[in-house]
Amino acid sequence: MPLRPPVSSADHIQGNDNALIELVEYGDYQCPHCGRAYPIVKQLQEELGNQLKFIFRNFPLAKIHPEATLAAIATEAAALQGSYWEMHDIVFENQDDLGKGALLQYAVTLGLDVTQLEEDMARPELASKVEADFESGIRSGVNATPTFFINGEKYNNGWEGDRMLTYIRANYPGL
Amino acid sequence: MLSIGIEAPGFSLFATPDQKISLSEFRGKRVVLAFYPADWSPVCGDQMALYNEMLNYFHKHNAELIGISVDGKWCHLAFSQDRKLHFPLLADFEPKGAIAQLYDVYDEKNGECRRALFVIDEEGIIRWNHLSPVGINPGADGIFDALEEMDKVKNNVTI
Repeated sequence: MPLRPPVSSADHIQGNDNALIELVEYGDYQCPHCGRAYPIVKQLQEELGNQLKFIFRNFPLAKIHPEATLAAIATEAAALQGSYWEMHDIVFENQDDLGKGALLQYAVTLGLDVTQLEEDMARPELASKVEADFESGIRSGVNATPTFFINGEKYNNGWEGDRMLTYIRANYPGL
Repeated sequence: MLSIGIEAPGFSLFATPDQKISLSEFRGKRVVLAFYPADWSPVCGDQMALYNEMLNYFHKHNAELIGISVDGKWCHLAFSQDRKLHFPLLADFEPKGAIAQLYDVYDEKNGECRRALFVIDEEGIIRWNHLSPVGINPGADGIFDALEEMDKVKNNVTI
């Protein structure tokens, strides 16, 4: 099942733009499974270095995870201050508390302009960006969180432990 | 499973302990009919919880979502409240699986509905169908592809 739309400059991309492996995660900041996948992705990035680029798209399951959308919006607001990935990390590292006060506190920890961040979080464009991510997830066949795509195709072999690394090593022997 | 192009068989089943829903009430709207094996499967990978997040997108295409399984109305009520579902779950409970059998998606061996999707148009004709392996949540991309295709056809006819 292909990724729709493909990765573009509208996405947040971490790592080497020309990497051989493109890993996209559809995730929800309040989802415990995504929380467990977070260090696994970090490790994958460490193992594969500049052979891997990582893209995160928002797929908040808002009815079962009521704080997930606001957390996603907070990361988008941090992006406006050039700190998307720092916010992404701190949110996943503190999944137990994702209320608005906590999100603003994480921004303080990161040294962001919190007044600006709070203002930006209210901007409808950021909510639309999160919705657009969600809609692209629907169209790409996302059926749970997290769902991963490797080089544009849905990855169905399990993400726990080193399964993704094993899969990538087996399918891209040149790495 | 029933084929594309034929009229969707009618039904009238309990959606709440005291209210029945009939397919005929939805004339003029599209219906996404989702047969599924059982309430209470695990949260994050749950098909009904996933579709619950997408109701706005279904509505944009003039489509209403209906879930259907052999669970009884009280079980559906508890499940629906627990997961905060905002669409009806129908109880194909007595006679058990009768509607699933009409749509040819009943699993006799396990006594459950198969995981099957039907998209029914404004006139009650089946326009798309899909059968998934029981353990696989099919997501919604196929449904939305079908709804979009129906939008295109409709617009061409109007023009």
